[in-house]
Amino acid sequence: MSLDPLRTICEDPLERKWVWLSLIMAFVMGGLLGFYALSSNIHPPSNVETIDSSRLHLSEEFAEDNLGVKRNDDGSLTVTLVAARYGFYPPRIEVPVDTPVTFRIASADVLHGVHVPFTNMATMIVPGYISEVTTTFPRTGEFSLLCNEYCGLGHDSMWSRLVVVPESAGGESS
Amino acid sequence: MNQSDAAGLSLASMWVGFIAFVVAALLGLYQVIERIDLIPGLKSPELYFGSVSTHGVLMAFVLTTFLVMGYGYYTATTSLKQDLWNKPLAWFGFWLAVVGVLLAAGPLLTGNASVLYTFYPPLQAHPAFYIGATLLVVGSWVWCLEMVMMMTTWKKANPGETVPLAMYGTTANAILWFITSLGVASEVLFQLIPWSLGLIDTVDVGLARTLFSWTLHAIVYFWLFPAYIALYTLLPRAAGGRLFSDQMGRLAFIMLLVFSVPIGFHHLYMDPFQAGGWKFLHMTGTFMVAVPTLITGFTIIASLEIAGRLRGGKGLFGWIGALPWGNPMVLAAILAILMLSFGGFGGMINASYAMNTMVHNTQWVTGHFHLIFGGTTVIMYFAIAYTLWPKMTGKQLHSNALALRQLWLWFIGMLILTLPWHQLGLAGQPRRISSTPYDESFVNAWLPAESAMIVGGAILFLSAVMLVYNLYRTHGNTQAEASLTVEYAEPLHAVQRMPHLMNSFAFWVLLVVVYMVASYGYPIAQFFLMDTYGTVPWSI
Repeated sequence: MSLDPLRTICEDPLERKWVWLSLIMAFVMGGLLGFYALSSNIHPPSNVETIDSSRLHLSEEFAEDNLGVKRNDDGSLTVTLVAARYGFYPPRIEVPVDTPVTFRIASADVLHGVHVPFTNMATMIVPGYISEVTTTFPRTGEFSLLCNEYCGLGHDSMWSRLVVVPESAGGESS
Repeated sequence: MNQSDAAGLSLASMWVGFIAFVVAALLGLYQVIERIDLIPGLKSPELYFGSVSTHGVLMAFVLTTFLVMGYGYYTATTSLKQDLWNKPLAWFGFWLAVVGVLLAAGPLLTGNASVLYTFYPPLQAHPAFYIGATLLVVGSWVWCLEMVMMMTTWKKANPGETVPLAMYGTTANAILWFITSLGVASEVLFQLIPWSLGLIDTVDVGLARTLFSWTLHAIVYFWLFPAYIALYTLLPRAAGGRLFSDQMGRLAFIMLLVFSVPIGFHHLYMDPFQAGGWKFLHMTGTFMVAVPTLITGFTIIASLEIAGRLRGGKGLFGWIGALPWGNPMVLAAILAILMLSFGGFGGMINASYAMNTMVHNTQWVTGHFHLIFGGTTVIMYFAIAYTLWPKMTGKQLHSNALALRQLWLWFIGMLILTLPWHQLGLAGQPRRISSTPYDESFVNAWLPAESAMIVGGAILFLSAVMLVYNLYRTHGNTQAEASLTVEYAEPLHAVQRMPHLMNSFAFWVLLVVVYMVASYGYPIAQFFLMDTYGTVPWSI
């Protein structure tokens, strides 16, 4: 114990043990999260990509005609959405179950957020930036895309529909 | 010296805080009733979001800042046994902060600042709201300066002596607050005020949120510091024992100072404009900042055990029953530690990089911070008030029994409010909503928890009124307090020679600056290195 660097400031052996235990707990918890982040590629949605939110209609990607569900060459899906007070557009999207879906979302006005309860589809939507989040829905059914960031007096009513359908039915938006 | 030089200033400051507190508690009760959609006549998003913004500003900025300043002035004068460094300047800071609050109150109460206490550009409030908030912060900087100067002058007058633990913690908090408030100050001074006055057309929301995150985590430690200082320096004597370890208290204060500022990105986990690696870096620091709280838990419980055994408690748990539960400081501390433990578990989930996704911006988060802030921090503010009011007024506390009932009600009300609140979050309810126009399956599942929260809110409001009544009646008490000297806890082992690093701050401030540059340097610089698009103002 004479090698314990805490000895100079802490006389009680029990308390020294507790400090070491606290440090170990912090490192184990941080370490486990790091391990899973790297080994299973689990990260929160991060995407440093800018866009002029006042000119979405002039951008190719977020122009009205290009919104909705698109199938990529590798079988995955891309869903392009615009968040604007007070809704997500298009207001109803259908995606197949067990298929990787990448959402790309831009705000046309203020700060928004989106969360589909009981799934891990969630991200903040910040004007001036494009949000991107990829997930796979393991269950079929009707889900809600809820705005989860205060965006003005109509914030409560900002939500839209996500339907997860059996794989054979494909996916579309309306 | 019998009476503290700062008693009048401390009383005035804490009264401003507690008046704000009781108003905010009433608004909180209104909010839990409004949100449930059972009384159609109450339905009003204008009123609701105005109320939420006012509740947040009063609780998080007004109650806290004024209580920290009042308690800090009192602690500095009594623990160092010297007068205020500059009394007129200290009063100037107090009045500046009061003017700031009054200035912000105008737009808040007329619905022209319903942008919540976290500002949320590009929603734009009336300029008076931002200017008022700035004056409050500048007023608190005067307090920071006073604390640093008082510790410095004391050390000059007492070379080689150890700064009392209460003052060491208070100065750590003053330095912490100055460093962490620079983030929001930059946002308000360089972005929001010029933008709201029409001097600039747009703000970069990514930059604004990054700057706010600089303030947003450590500010909660600014609020929590008085609670910890009271636990370390007032509680052990109130319980009839000694502080288990003076050095461990210092170590906890230093760790809070070093680790709590450069970790604000856990508020940005879900934001797009910062890369994952930076978020990961901040996450590791977030787990480190749990360590000083774990140390504090050990030291405080060990100090209580010493007291319980000195009072004749036997056996593994017998000392708990032997504690003086009828002392408000002891009761509040026990309840605070219980709520901190519950809240701490939730905090681990919020801190977890990816798992946070499941609860982000749901009612889970609001439940969590009400449990930690209302449960741990504010209940200790009550205990501080019950301990200091007799010393500051010279009158005995109006009613000890009323104080005990008030603390128990606060504890019970807080659990009834916050446990269902967590559950609502897990059941998918987003935070910051004034009504629930969603699928019936959601709304029906939420109803029981929302109803319970109304009961919790009502109990908490009753408890808040009891606090203010008791303190008010104390001023008119005819029975004088026997001794006006506040007695600080003695450590179990007398401090022989304190290592220089644990009796000063220069090195630790340097460390924070280096850590801040490493964790915030590039994430802020990137907004100037890439082409970004600002956002025009939007009304609510």
